[in-house]
Amino acid sequence: MSDVLHRVRMTVNARAATIAVEARRTLAEALREDLGLTGTHLGCEHGVCGACTVLMDGAPVRACLVLAVQAEGAAIRTVEGLAAPDGTLHPLQQAFADHHALQCGYCTPGFLMLAMAMLEENPAMEEAEMVERLSSNLCRCTGYAGILAAVRSVMRR
Amino acid sequence: MTGGTAFRDVPRLEDPPLLRGRARFVDDIRAAGGLHAAFLRSPFAHAAIRAIDASAARALPGVRLVLTAADLNPHLTETRLKVALPSPAFRQTLDRPVLASGEVVHVGEAVAIIVADDRYIAEDALSLIEVDYDPLDAVADCVAALADGAPTAHQGAPHNLVGDFTLGFGDPDAAFASAAVVVRETLSQHRGVAHSMECRGLVAIPDPIEDRLTVWSSTQTPHVARRMLCDILGLREDQVRVVTPDVGGGFGPKLVFYPEEAAVAAAARLLGRPVKWIEDRREHFIAATQERDQVWDVELAMDAEGRILGVRGEMIHDHGAWTARGLNVAYGAVSAMPLAYIVPAYRIRSRSAVTNKVPVTPIRGAGQPQGVFAMERLLDRAAQRLGLDRAEIRRRNLVPADRMPYATPLKTRGGMQVVLDSGDFPQCMAEALQRADWDGFRDRQEAARVQGRYLGIGVANYVEGTGRGPFEHVSVRLEPSGRIFVATGAAPMGQSTRTMLAQLVAEQLGGDMANVEVSAGDTATSPLGLGGFNSRQAVMAGTSAHVASIKVRDRVLQVAATLLEASEADLEIAGRAVRVTGTGMQVTLAEIARAAAGLPGFALPGGRAGIAAAEEVVIDPMTYANGSCVAEVEVDAGTGNIAITRLSFMHDCGRALHPRIVEGQVLGGIAHGIGNALFEWMGFDDQAQPVTTNLAEYLLMSATEMPHAISIGHLESPTPLNPLGIKGVGESGVIPVAAAIASAVEDALSPFDARMNRVPIAPHDVVAAMLGDAAR
Ligand code: FES
Ligand code: FES
Repeated sequence: MSDVLHRVRMTVNARAATIAVEARRTLAEALREDLGLTGTHLGCEHGVCGACTVLMDGAPVRACLVLAVQAEGAAIRTVEGLAAPDGTLHPLQQAFADHHALQCGYCTPGFLMLAMAMLEENPAMEEAEMVERLSSNLCRCTGYAGILAAVRSVMRR
Repeated sequence: MTGGTAFRDVPRLEDPPLLRGRARFVDDIRAAGGLHAAFLRSPFAHAAIRAIDASAARALPGVRLVLTAADLNPHLTETRLKVALPSPAFRQTLDRPVLASGEVVHVGEAVAIIVADDRYIAEDALSLIEVDYDPLDAVADCVAALADGAPTAHQGAPHNLVGDFTLGFGDPDAAFASAAVVVRETLSQHRGVAHSMECRGLVAIPDPIEDRLTVWSSTQTPHVARRMLCDILGLREDQVRVVTPDVGGGFGPKLVFYPEEAAVAAAARLLGRPVKWIEDRREHFIAATQERDQVWDVELAMDAEGRILGVRGEMIHDHGAWTARGLNVAYGAVSAMPLAYIVPAYRIRSRSAVTNKVPVTPIRGAGQPQGVFAMERLLDRAAQRLGLDRAEIRRRNLVPADRMPYATPLKTRGGMQVVLDSGDFPQCMAEALQRADWDGFRDRQEAARVQGRYLGIGVANYVEGTGRGPFEHVSVRLEPSGRIFVATGAAPMGQSTRTMLAQLVAEQLGGDMANVEVSAGDTATSPLGLGGFNSRQAVMAGTSAHVASIKVRDRVLQVAATLLEASEADLEIAGRAVRVTGTGMQVTLAEIARAAAGLPGFALPGGRAGIAAAEEVVIDPMTYANGSCVAEVEVDAGTGNIAITRLSFMHDCGRALHPRIVEGQVLGGIAHGIGNALFEWMGFDDQAQPVTTNLAEYLLMSATEMPHAISIGHLESPTPLNPLGIKGVGESGVIPVAAAIASAVEDALSPFDARMNRVPIAPHDVVAAMLGDAAR
């Protein structure tokens, strides 16, 4: 417990954001509660399911395991920032729809952000590595086939 | 002249908001002035509560309310959840309390609720409540629970037997007396936790001005939740609205009404402020319902040609500490066992045992995987004894297509006869075997064995009761805006229910799905509803939507004919207008709705007001889907690892309303089935203390475990039971998978004469089997 609030400045989806949070507040809670970005979901709050995956300075992180204060000065990207300003879905988002990569959609933001980081790191990622990387997030609905197909379809290989 | 939207792969209405992060799950709902709840839960499986001191928690700044049972119960008109489905087989009544008092009977049982300014403070306060527990003997095992002299899971209970029924027909003892071959197995089956990626949760928003309560709940059964809240809080139906936001998966446990829903709603009314509670994953492990253990002791009698003469045996089912739904998982298991085959005589006694664990209720499959597993293991054993190919012994016993509809001697839990309505089971299995190259497998297996590799193949068949009736409510309404509003008591949780309904409605009303608004799972828009379970919503809500849409269509054409001064036969609905075929004359849906809405003093077109229809099409008999699964595995002799190298799945769910969604449902079920076969284990120690309470200890399938080579094929035997010819599919994928994999592993380990009579099969089980360790 602490009444001390810490000021955190970061950019979220390319916009400057300043919040005041307790030291124990997670980045996921800060995004959802303080910034109203509820697209980032919590599935386990212990770092296993990946539903809360966001990009922090380009790298995928579990927002349930990162404290908001650790994001000081960082550039955060969330699912809300994927589509173009005119609303056009990012090709990865479109691929998820085209390949039925979501059913309930609860895991989807985490998978999208994980896959975004993979695409930016290596848009020609080999199949085996792609599957291995995507296995870090969990989905209970789809059996993964649609998710793999969607990500595969945007890889340039 | 149809809209061209049904029975094809249209884009899902659900996708855009989900993909943009703009969906609205329950935790995304923020009500002004909202508070947050947390629950104090029992750390013991069984203990007496001597005293509770919550004064320090109450004194913590930011804490608004702390309620124990003693504080809460005076505000309730009913302090227990009366949710049991009726059955003459009950031997005890075990309605669970909203909050425990006097005694706790499972780890995770709610003892107190704390409401605070935020969840962090609420959880801080949990640790300040002092409960004086006196631990009691815990019942951890369902078989031991029924032994003479076993301690009881509830103090003062006469015994641990909660349900006892025998399902049977024919004369099994005569069948066994005349059998050429009898095989017998003891099977230990485990299914774990549902683990929707979104846990449970609700937001209760009181309106003190109108004395009403709105509850947003991640539930599969909003209408049941409203009835329970009315009973427990002493409110009228018009005072309580239960509405489901987007639901992040259900898979069974969310169909149950829970103590937390009652406590949070009561706290919100007491405080006059919104209260939110979101279950965390650890709570999901200890407080959401599970499916867990069944132990079967069963035998099969055959004649010398490998035809089934009879099945008999016993099954013990782990019920958990309370009745949170009924005896339906046990019933579903026992009644699924014989369904795919001609079984002339059958008798299984099922006993449900009370244990000091969280209650058991259906998870995707609802006992049917266990029944299928039992049948398929016995058939494998009989094939071995008779020297028959495992596929051949099944072929000789599957219900043949020319016997359809096949009236079995079985009854559903509601007492209705089970009639297999349609399907070609032998053809279905034949196509699965062909996809799997069953006939070429022995060559593959031998070639691998020469290299020291162990391959195995296995097959399993299932028949699944789908479309549980008696009805689902759907209304269809054309409004003066020209938009079509659909409301249903069905509750979506990821199965594309909105898309499914919009497809069927647009099919009759112009083909523009974007012009259809669907409200699902909201007691304010549907007077009646049963909700989501039992692979029922496409069948039941789909049929009501279809029939209601045709009525609305007739009415639209009637009004249009008046407005256009044309014959109805010359009209067609295209997009958002009705036009006279072959001419430029048309009238929009908006104009039609406006005309039907009436003008003071003017005659109504067609003599009736409004354009709407509501349906609760009643379909009592269930429609039976079927399928066959062939699994091919490679077992690593060194590590005991089991790799599924190929999985072939052939199924028949009647006509497919949306083939890609159907395939997605099957795939998701297969993944769940593989998890049940190999990974998912909800562990408890001998004091019934859960030992797997996070997703690192409890293994869910991830992308790497999914077989690369999955081949799914579809047969379409339309059911005559509904006008669309459709059957349910949500649970089918899961049902045969564990049976097929166990069969395949056993086949791979045939040089070791191993028997796979337990699921999940862990690597150490495999290694033990290879070492010939009978004590594994
Ligand atoms: S919620 Fe962060 S990993 Fe599960
Ligand atoms: S789509 Fe439901 S958890 Fe992935």
